[in-house]
Amino acid sequence: MIESLLAFWHRAVSSLPFEWAGYEFMRLALLAVLLISPLLGALGTVVVANRMAFFSEAVGHAAFTGIAIGVILGLADPMWSMIGFALVLTLAIAWVRRRGGLSSDTAIGLVMAFTVSLGIVILSRGGDFARYTNFLIGDMLAISPRDVVWLAALGAVSAGLFLVFFNRLLLATMSPSLARSRTKHAGVAELVFACLLAVVVTCALPWIGILVINALLILPAAAARNLARNTAGFFGWSIVVALVTGMVGLIASFYASTATGATIVLAAMAVYLLTLLRRVVP
Amino acid sequence: MRGVTARRNGVTVLEEINLHLHCGELTAVIGENGAGKTTLVKCLLGEMPYAGEVHFLDAARRRKDSPVIGYVPQHNSFDKEAPVSVLDLFAASLSARPACLGVSASVRQAALDGLQRTGADLLVDRKVGTLSGGELQRVLLGLALTPVPNILVLDEPMSGVDHSGREQFYGLLSKLRREYDLAVLLVSHDLATLARFADRMVFLDRRIVCEGTPAEVLHDPQVREAFSLHSLS
Repeated sequence: MIESLLAFWHRAVSSLPFEWAGYEFMRLALLAVLLISPLLGALGTVVVANRMAFFSEAVGHAAFTGIAIGVILGLADPMWSMIGFALVLTLAIAWVRRRGGLSSDTAIGLVMAFTVSLGIVILSRGGDFARYTNFLIGDMLAISPRDVVWLAALGAVSAGLFLVFFNRLLLATMSPSLARSRTKHAGVAELVFACLLAVVVTCALPWIGILVINALLILPAAAARNLARNTAGFFGWSIVVALVTGMVGLIASFYASTATGATIVLAAMAVYLLTLLRRVVP
Repeated sequence: MRGVTARRNGVTVLEEINLHLHCGELTAVIGENGAGKTTLVKCLLGEMPYAGEVHFLDAARRRKDSPVIGYVPQHNSFDKEAPVSVLDLFAASLSARPACLGVSASVRQAALDGLQRTGADLLVDRKVGTLSGGELQRVLLGLALTPVPNILVLDEPMSGVDHSGREQFYGLLSKLRREYDLAVLLVSHDLATLARFADRMVFLDRRIVCEGTPAEVLHDPQVREAFSLHSLS
């Protein structure tokens, strides 16, 4: 079933009259972009609205420690240790915020400084750090059919969870007290979203890169915020911007021989700047 | 509320609060900053742990486990930049369908009905951030009344709103509490206006210092000193 769907995809895209469409790695990368970018665009709306950009940045950077734990445990693929550590980090930040009386950015800054340093120290033992630098910029073109299937499953589960908790998150964004008076478990919704975000960011890291993943989360939503008058518009525009800039960035990176993740970010940045010009006057 | 005591970081912020809120009655809670007014609201909403008892009784004095509480927060706690319309607020509150996927006709009608109660139905498609303080409070009051609650709780609803806006809002609140036989708890600093609209007043300073009709409370020496009420005699 999955093989035949993938075969159909390859046939359909390779029939396009473009040079890039003739390469299997580009067709897979395009499929990955079509799966990841709308998901990041959708999650980004809540990240931007809830001012969680620093948190998602911290989760991305914590991947260093996740990889390091994987290395220590002798895992062939560090993804599970990265996901596990990202979740531990998310819960730790939530705990520090609740307990410590620290402001969010200070709590996240502290935890991020610790995890990045710990990861780099472990990975750089014996001068071996260069092996892991591909995580910094990511490699969308190295994605395999198996990875694409995993991304599709992740996308489906994440989108479902996100939609289930969306209304609670929206109310919490507007006014936490109002959210608690109107819905049950408003605090749980925020924690579930933070965990979901941590998992999605971590899973997308090998393809997009630690250094730029956060921009892909934030830029489409920031652009959409300049265009939208209501929640459906915000959500819709963010997904459209993420999809279009994802595809444009991927194809541009093919012709310019540049890192895909960073090229997509530049495309998204260009759109964001355009929306600043067209910002809807309230 | 019976014997409600709340602590934050080891400090007692509310002490032995005994308070009855009656249907059709507007109870105003006044007090200086840090007197525990917002903590009282949080205890009532179940947002904060407390010792003591909070019971909700219906007309036959039967205990109601989960009453509908309508809550109107301070309008300045709202994110003014968010691209969220008034209709989105109602949709997120009333419907299980995610507001990002659009709003059904029935939820739109429910929102219009709720907003009509406070004369704010024309604001349904406006972005929340573009509303004035008075408009936003009418929207939030309409939201708090959808569905019609057992208790309506308002926390400093009129801070930063001009005099005529406040008069209009409290007049509306006064009318609605009779119309729907609502128990209303209102936290505010706005003594002069409250004196005309509240049925009962409670002066809080971590514990209840005095309570009674607005005239009784506003003539209490401790209240007069706390609020420098030299002109009211």
